[in-house]
Parts: sequence; C-alpha cells; structure tokens
Amino acid sequence: MLFELEHLTYQYEGVTAVDDLSLAIPEGSRVALLGANGSGKSTLLRLFDGLIFGQGGVAWFRGQELSEEHLGDDAFALPFRRTVGIVFQNPDVQLFNPTVFDEVAFGPLQMCWPKIEIRERTAEILERLRISHLKDRVPHRLSGGEKKRVALASVLVLDPAVLLLDEPTASLDPRSQSEVIDLLVEWGGGAKAVITATHDLGDLEDIADRCFVLDRGRLVAEGSPDEILKDRELLQRTNLVHQHRHRHPTGELHSHPHVHGAK
Amino acid sequence: MSDIHARRRGGFLENTLEGLRLAMERALYAETSASRSGLLQGVDPRVKTAGLLALVISVALAARLWTIAAVLLLAVALALLSAIPLRLVASRAWMGALFFSGMIAAPALFLTPGTSLYGLPITLQGARTAGFLVLRAEAAATLMLLLVYTTPWAHVLKALRIFRVPVVFVVILGMTCRYILVMLETAHEMFESRKSRTVNAMTAAEQRRLAVSGSGVLLGKTMQLSGEVYLAMQARGFRGEVFLLEDFRMKRTDWFALAGFAVAASLFIWAGR
Repeated sequence: MLFELEHLTYQYEGVTAVDDLSLAIPEGSRVALLGANGSGKSTLLRLFDGLIFGQGGVAWFRGQELSEEHLGDDAFALPFRRTVGIVFQNPDVQLFNPTVFDEVAFGPLQMCWPKIEIRERTAEILERLRISHLKDRVPHRLSGGEKKRVALASVLVLDPAVLLLDEPTASLDPRSQSEVIDLLVEWGGGAKAVITATHDLGDLEDIADRCFVLDRGRLVAEGSPDEILKDRELLQRTNLVHQHRHRHPTGELHSHPHVHGAK
Repeated sequence: MSDIHARRRGGFLENTLEGLRLAMERALYAETSASRSGLLQGVDPRVKTAGLLALVISVALAARLWTIAAVLLLAVALALLSAIPLRLVASRAWMGALFFSGMIAAPALFLTPGTSLYGLPITLQGARTAGFLVLRAEAAATLMLLLVYTTPWAHVLKALRIFRVPVVFVVILGMTCRYILVMLETAHEMFESRKSRTVNAMTAAEQRRLAVSGSGVLLGKTMQLSGEVYLAMQARGFRGEVFLLEDFRMKRTDWFALAGFAVAASLFIWAGR
C-alpha cells in the first residue's frame, strides 16, 4: 500500500479536523478526496505529507510509519520528500524565493542534485509549464494563475512519484483550470499516484479513479467517480451539490441539484 | 470635488495603505539594488560579510571619535561607489539609528559629571559619551545597510552559514524576511477591504478601534500563513541549510577586496586604541 491510515485523529486547538479515519491507498492510484470546506481534506493531505502528525492512530507510507521521529531522520526524510510532493491551495505559501527560477530550483537544491542537472531540469519544467518567460520575475508579484503554475513547477521539478494536490484549480480562470487539469492528467501517466483534495466535481472523472468522501473529518463514502456522482443524496448531505433554483423563460420556477464545476 | 472626497483624501485608511505600499517597495528594494552594477555588488558575499563585520568590530573597539567618523566616511564612500543613494542611507539607516541611539544617549548629556559646555546644562564629557554611542550606531547601521543592499538575501544567509553561524539563527533570519512580506501583503489586503466598505470619514475613535482590532487579526493571520510557508519549505526538503545555485568563487578582485577590508579594519582598530 502507498498510504494506510489506521484510526487517525488530528485536532487543531481542540477542533477535530480528522476524526478516527482509516483508509488505504494503493500504489499508482489516482484518488480524489471530496468534501465541503472544513471537511478535513487539506489536513489529510498534510498528514499524508508528514508535515503534521495525528494525535491518535497511525499513518503508514509504504509500510513505514509517518512519525515525527522518522521525518526528523534525513535517511528517511530526503527520499520521502523526493517521492511525495504537495501543492498547497494557496500558492503564496509556496513562493518564498527571490526569482521564479530560484523557486523552482529550491527543491532539487535541498536534495543536493548536481547543479548542472538542477539548471537543466528547472529550465525544462519551466518550458513544459510555459512559464520560461517568468524565470527572472519575483514570484509573489505574479498573477494568481502564474503563481499556481510556478507552485506546480516547484513540485513537479522533483518528478515525485506521489503528488498531493490541494484544490489545484481553485481561484483559476476557466482556461487555466483546464490547462492545469490537462497537465496533471498528462503528467500522472500510469505509474504515478495523484491524490487531489477538491470539492469541484466537474473534472472528477479526469483526475481520479477512486474517491473518498469526507464530512467533518470522517470518511462517509468510498467508490469510483461514477458511483459517487450518481449518489445525489450523499452529495447533497455532504454539501458537494446544492439545490439550484432558476426561472425558465416561461415563468416556471425550477429547482434541481447543481454539481459545482460541472462542465 | 465633493466634501466627502476632500475629507477622505489623506485619511487614516489611505495613509495606512500608502504606508504599507511603501513598506513593501522598501522590502523588495534590496533585491533590486543587489542586482545593480556597483563596487560592492561585484565582491564575493563572504568577503563582503567578513569585511563589513570587521569594520563594525573596529567601530565597536574604537576609543577615539575621529576613527569612528572615518569609518562612517568610508561607508558613505562605499555606498556612493555601489550606486546606493545617500538619501536612502539617510532615511533607512541614519534616521533610525539616530532616533534609537539618541534616545538612549540623551540622558548622558545631562547626567555625566564634567565641564559645562557653553554654559548649557550639558557637559563636555556627556556630549562625548553621547557622541560615541550615536556615531557607533550610525556607522554600524550604515555598514550593515551596505551588506543588505548590495547582496541578495539568500547570499547573505549562505555566507553566514559558511562562517558557522548556527542553522537556527540563519533560518530565523531567512524566515523573518519572508514573513515581513507576508505580513505587509496581508495588512494591505485587510485595509483595502476595509476601505472598500468605508463611505464616510472615520472618527478618531473608529480609527483607534480599527488599528487595534486590525493588529490583532493581522498577527493571527500572519502567524497562520507563515506557519504554512514553513510547512511548504519543509515539504520540499528544507532542513535549515541554505543551498544556492551559484557557487561562491573568489576572483582576483575579491582577494584585493579582502586585503582592502583587512587593512582598513586593522588600521582603524590600531588608530582607535
């Protein structure tokens, strides 16, 4: 198994974000973590990435416990960070270097790659994400879409086998959203695992072949995108769809469940 | 122009926003200034860090006012040769150093026993003591400003690590720089949002309330965001060590600069005994 959680619990200052959660994610899976705001998706991604640690239960990565002690040991931490990459919802938190080129090169530098390789790989990923022209710009002065691309590039440059994405298309314009999804679908290939936290159901079938639905930190459903999308009662109960009301030109008032982000 | 607009111009929110915008520009200015061509910009960061610190030490050890003044003059000359405008040095180093060291030094003017100066209630010995304190602060602040404005921040941090400054200290310095920007950006957004919802001019009491509540919210937001920045750094393998793409390589000019700094610092230490 790639990730395994056993009765994992995490609380922020007394508020339970992940509640007695158990799940397993096989190698090479494309998984969507679905849930409304505050359902615990982002916290779960951070637990997967070993950035925070549960107060109860255990998290495993390829059979090794994700604990503070293990992550404090370079022998485990460096290969783990090389293998698992996370893209945060807010790109601003991921941009802290003086130029875009430095930002993208930051991860490989921490991994102590040869500098020639870092330069080549950085230039290549900037080209692939079509942001080469931004390489000398200050990252936190870019537009929202550009920031997101730089944040993605800064993680993809390490070519991680596991990619954790927190609302990857949030606050992007429709064209950028579509480009990001295309990129992720193309990048994921077959051998890589992509775990996406989202409440946007529009691209679900493109980005996932397995879904976990969270509600207030608890796992409430699991299934294929098709199974989840067909379960309207579940989607309404977990606030993933809402009752959309509109008036037809005939004057008739009509209401139906609305899937957020549906194409 | 309407009365409301006339009153709102230069109001609390506008002044705060303008102040925050200027602060952000200042925070970003150092990187621009470091990439210009100038005397110190061309010197290896290790040489610059060691050389300017050696001059600060010579200032701290000096027992004669003229040697401190000479170091300050040298710093001014270096600033001019490094394309750093004196106006900028005055506003960002001299004013602050004068204010803080002046506050500390002022009582010495009146309290130090000695000969009265021109019949005023201050003494010659007091003026000398205060002069030492203020000049030392001015010279040290100018030298450190030269380092920061002629060296990319990441290079300063790497140079500090080369000099075996503890990882924790370097990490805190590095994060502080990013957090200041995060805080300024957050504050700017907060006040812009408030401005968009404000129609009439604010009363003094409202301004005070906004300043107090804004500070509290800002602190909370900044702490949360800066915590996330640190997590994002960790996620990409950051363990406290500073790595750079550029390797520091000593050129012939760097050896000359090193020798120049060594000679100057030694001379000032010897002359200032």
